[in-house]
Amino acid sequence: MPPPELGSRSRPWFVRRRYGVGYRPSAWQGWVIAGVLVAAAVVVLAVVHASSARIAVLAALVVLYSAVGWRLSGPRGDEPGDLEEAPLVVAREPVERTPEQVAAIAQLRAEASIPTERRGPPGDYAIIVEGLTKRFGERTALGGVSFSVGWGEVFGFLGPNGAGKTTTVRTLGTLIAPTAGTAVVAGIALTPENAVAIRSQIAIMPEAPGLYPRLTVAENLEFFAGLYGLADVRPRIEQALATVNLVERAGDPCSSLSKGLKQRVAIARALLSDPRVLFLDEPTSGLDPVASREVHDLIAALRERGVTIFLTTHRLEEAERMCDRVAILNTTLRTVGRPDELRERLFARSLAVTTAAPLDAPERLFAGVPGIDGWTFEDAGGYELKVSDPSAVAPALTRALVAAGADVLSIGERRRSLEDVYLELIDEDVEARRP
Amino acid sequence: MSIDPGRVKAVFHKELRQFRRNRAIVVTMGILPLLFLTSPMISIFSQNAGASSSTIHAVVGSALLLMLIVPVILPAAISAYSVVGERDQGTLEPLLTTPVRRGELMLGKGLAAVLPAVAITYMLYAIFVVAVRLWATPAVFTDVWQTPEILIEVLFAPLLATWSVCVGMAISVRSSDVRVAQQLSTLASLPPLGLAILITFRVIAPTVLAAVAIGLAFIVLDCLACWGAAMMLDRERLIVGRRAPRQKRTGRA
Repeated sequence: MPPPELGSRSRPWFVRRRYGVGYRPSAWQGWVIAGVLVAAAVVVLAVVHASSARIAVLAALVVLYSAVGWRLSGPRGDEPGDLEEAPLVVAREPVERTPEQVAAIAQLRAEASIPTERRGPPGDYAIIVEGLTKRFGERTALGGVSFSVGWGEVFGFLGPNGAGKTTTVRTLGTLIAPTAGTAVVAGIALTPENAVAIRSQIAIMPEAPGLYPRLTVAENLEFFAGLYGLADVRPRIEQALATVNLVERAGDPCSSLSKGLKQRVAIARALLSDPRVLFLDEPTSGLDPVASREVHDLIAALRERGVTIFLTTHRLEEAERMCDRVAILNTTLRTVGRPDELRERLFARSLAVTTAAPLDAPERLFAGVPGIDGWTFEDAGGYELKVSDPSAVAPALTRALVAAGADVLSIGERRRSLEDVYLELIDEDVEARRP
Repeated sequence: MSIDPGRVKAVFHKELRQFRRNRAIVVTMGILPLLFLTSPMISIFSQNAGASSSTIHAVVGSALLLMLIVPVILPAAISAYSVVGERDQGTLEPLLTTPVRRGELMLGKGLAAVLPAVAITYMLYAIFVVAVRLWATPAVFTDVWQTPEILIEVLFAPLLATWSVCVGMAISVRSSDVRVAQQLSTLASLPPLGLAILITFRVIAPTVLAAVAIGLAFIVLDCLACWGAAMMLDRERLIVGRRAPRQKRTGRA
């Protein structure tokens, strides 16, 4: 892989620095404000009663205060280390694809942009998104995304870091305004007037649990129940905690919980209001396998209850296991469909055959078995056979191999995973394209 | 903008619970008022019966001013933590995803900072007046127990605290560092004290009319500060650090 090519841009003498979320008011501005305020206080004192010598001393202190503040305020925007100055382009190894795969990818991408009205009446959908676009300055975080999610569906939203998954959730959750496009969330049009109504019908579980560490589990839930204006708070809290098996920990401060338990409390919080649509943003991020399994079980239980779940993740095995349909996003939507459907459309079905030693005349052997469309030799004793119906071909193939005297170690259908589909469709490093 | 009292109450209770369990806030709320009470009492009790009226005016003026600093400094530190603290502990986004409106959020957080500070100020003032009545010279008590002086303390304390909270919140919205926010808001909340200084030190004669006039000026300042803070409490700005574009705004409430 070639080294990253760094973008070169001229910097203004002052650049606002970004630390995590939000812009920090640059410290030097703060100190200037402080100086001005203290100076104002000095003037007031002078009006009241003070000698000129006292004013001079105070003024000198103000200057000293500002100077020390300036010096200690850390790096400013015109100094190196600005987080917004990311590499502009990172090249990837070129991916070799068959013409059939190229055609399949193009078709999947084209279908991903079909307006949702053509797929069914709007009342059938919990979420309808049309041409949703979000730009931050010159950077496009989300480009003309259209998709729909049916009621009661578990919908996976996949993509690499920076693909726009969280931006989509925040936009649909009315936290940020779209630059263009329209959407319907929980059956309500996404407009400024409907923001509170939408937030009353949905729940969003962000990547971090976001619990108040000084409050107990029950107090955290009680607070959120108050914000949703729920009646019968106690029974609801008990029910939500029972769903995540945390009734015994209700009185514990959240600071004492493990990350997995915090995530479970966050799920309980999301369930409190009995939302019609539940957004889960990377729910298993940073969890160990056991805690991840618990979260998966909870999602499965919610699916049984008919809750519409919008799950963003970059854990593909999770999406494959949990989701009815998935969308693959890389700033723009690459495809939407059921995982098995995407696999079938992108990859030809094949049988993998392993023998103890390479076959003497594989051409003649495979040509004699009906249903085999082609084959490739992979490594010592390994063959991949393109077939249209693996279950029909496998018995005949086994008989032919035995008859030819081959020592067959294994024979079975090669299963392509959602990861294979994902890697075929995601061909660029999104983070690297940030301006 | 409609306000749901239930949501305001939920925010208010949560804030108070958090304050009660935050040792730094409890200690600040306990020790700082004691300092502001002890210092002027020492000055006042050291006045003998023959002290001139100008000396007594100066000492009483200092004492009253110190007691007005309490409702400025205490809520400033608390409100500065209100948004940046939520961001710091990762609770801001879950909070903003609920149906709570920004007015409700601001009111709940603001009341949780203003009410304890005003209660402490009134308590200090009551202790101060009783102590002066019992142990100070009659001339000092006469100077303290004047209608304008009482009005100044009772009226200015909540108004100064409101200013302080609004400014603290506005700074908190734009900050990502708790300490920077607290330092800046403490400083930014001080200027209105200048008006209070003018009257407590008798640059402006302390009359009921003057106290009411300055009180009205504080109300105007408070309204401006509240409006500014409410404008800054924009969901998109809080989440991604920049304000939503003017056209087709979505999700603000």
